[in-house]
Amino acid sequence: MSGYWDPHIERMPLEDLHALQEDRLKSVVRYVYDHSAFYRRRFKEAGVEPGDIKTLADIVKLPFTRKVDLRDNYPTGMFSAPKSQVVRYHVSSGTTGKPTVVGYTKGDIETWSESLARAFTSIGLGSDDVVQVGYGYGLFTGGLGAHYGAERIGAAVLPVGTGNTERQIELMQDLGTTAIACTPSYFLHIMEVAEKMGVSIKKDTKLKAGIFGAEPWSLETRKRIEDATGIKAYDIYGTSEISGPLFTECYVQKGIHVWADMFLIEVLDPKTDEHVADGETGELVFTTLHKFALPLIRYRIGDLSIMNSEPCECGRTHPRIMRILGRTDDMLIIRGINVFPSQVESVLMKIPEVGDHWEILVDRKGPLDMMTVRVELTETGFSDKIGDLMKLKKKVSKELKGVLNIAAEVDLVEPGTIPRSMGKAKRVTDNRKV
Amino acid sequence: MSEIKQISLFVENRPGRTAKVAKTLSDAGVNIRALTIAEAGDFGVIRMVLDDPEKGYKVLKENAFTVSMTDVLAVEMKDTPGGLYEIVNTLGLNSVNVDYAYAFVTAKAERAMLILRVDDIAKARRVLSEKNVKIATKEEIQAI
Repeated sequence: MSGYWDPHIERMPLEDLHALQEDRLKSVVRYVYDHSAFYRRRFKEAGVEPGDIKTLADIVKLPFTRKVDLRDNYPTGMFSAPKSQVVRYHVSSGTTGKPTVVGYTKGDIETWSESLARAFTSIGLGSDDVVQVGYGYGLFTGGLGAHYGAERIGAAVLPVGTGNTERQIELMQDLGTTAIACTPSYFLHIMEVAEKMGVSIKKDTKLKAGIFGAEPWSLETRKRIEDATGIKAYDIYGTSEISGPLFTECYVQKGIHVWADMFLIEVLDPKTDEHVADGETGELVFTTLHKFALPLIRYRIGDLSIMNSEPCECGRTHPRIMRILGRTDDMLIIRGINVFPSQVESVLMKIPEVGDHWEILVDRKGPLDMMTVRVELTETGFSDKIGDLMKLKKKVSKELKGVLNIAAEVDLVEPGTIPRSMGKAKRVTDNRKV
Repeated sequence: MSEIKQISLFVENRPGRTAKVAKTLSDAGVNIRALTIAEAGDFGVIRMVLDDPEKGYKVLKENAFTVSMTDVLAVEMKDTPGGLYEIVNTLGLNSVNVDYAYAFVTAKAERAMLILRVDDIAKARRVLSEKNVKIATKEEIQAI
């Protein structure tokens, strides 16, 4: 259905790919040991030397890297390349703590662009496409990352950034945008605004693909978006520590291809740090195999997913990670039970009486945690009989309980009252004072 | 016969929401004939009979309210003891269920007007007519 950007690498037989990974792992371990004071110290503390890494399986001898290391070594204490080789910095917003700084050599920017060029090609984009980048430009990696990837495949890039939604929709029509990259929650907002403007995305635009990420989103949301607009909605994944957005699903939409020549992924049981089998949920751990300003060894990204190493029907041999279930940082513990906002979303988006926007409020009443899920009532869900609305509240509550195993209060609110986001949606307000 | 269209709105229970509804209708020159608010904790449903329901529906929708139109019966009720009984008893004996009802008195006022939402509007109309209960038309409601 669609071609390959780099067929030689993308379809490389697994044994060759593993041999390449092994070579690169050995090189990167030697490189960070020689160039990063942080890693040399870390390796010494762990009693490991570059020479101990002989095969891929030896990776377990290496110590982990965590986000806190990047913060503790703010701004550039973990870098391996000298400043003269760094051509760009990005800085994370620090939503979960102090900001972190990441850096790139010229080659790192190339690798990053190459990664997305493969990804965008795998969803059928090419030089005839117009890609509207609705991620934030600037310190955030989303905008520039998607921009470089789309330019690399020769697509025309519309670098519109976030916000100014009506203008986004006008430009989408005027310039014939065929693909848009933004957060899924922002796209839901675009859909809403388009409807108000009397613009049908299905009939009045050429949009055929959405590249959505930077926040977890569910298959149910994908279905809503695809059904309402006729586009294909693809998941994109990455985080600034490993460059930024890097990987997407291919046109098959069965998992996100992670380029094995660039990254080595492990999936660990977060409690025991042991590897879990293919198909089992665990925490993703990334080792950068071809990154030079800020290479990371066994970086615990904090995202939970499932790996699938079977070659994909698209012909690519690189492993896939399934939809991100959530970031360990996003996980709420309510009355001792783990709750991921993405679980709440997957329940809500199956209920047609409930709108696309929602939020979770957590509070503590006496000793008890209380979770309230606020949802917007849709036109189809509205009955002027109070009894029907009470039944709907009960139904939502029951479905949530079925999945989360805890009771949640459900508030029905008027459409348009839950704040819309241009970037990463803020779905959770935790008012507990712990 | 065309039924009377009641306008229903979903509103959150917070200050100013009903005022917003009233202002929207007032700005559009739509007159409210009858109104009731049913509340259920954090939200409520406003039900209204308007002189121009189509226009009312349109302006409320434009102002982003969740709004629907429902067919209701407007039944003239003797403004004396037993007036309501006669009507609801007739419906009950004929197995017509009343979902909700509310009444208002017109300016001409020998009679009160009862707005009814029932589960079988055609049957309600028939059995009430057989009892010589007068059912108001759309035009009559508009002309009050």
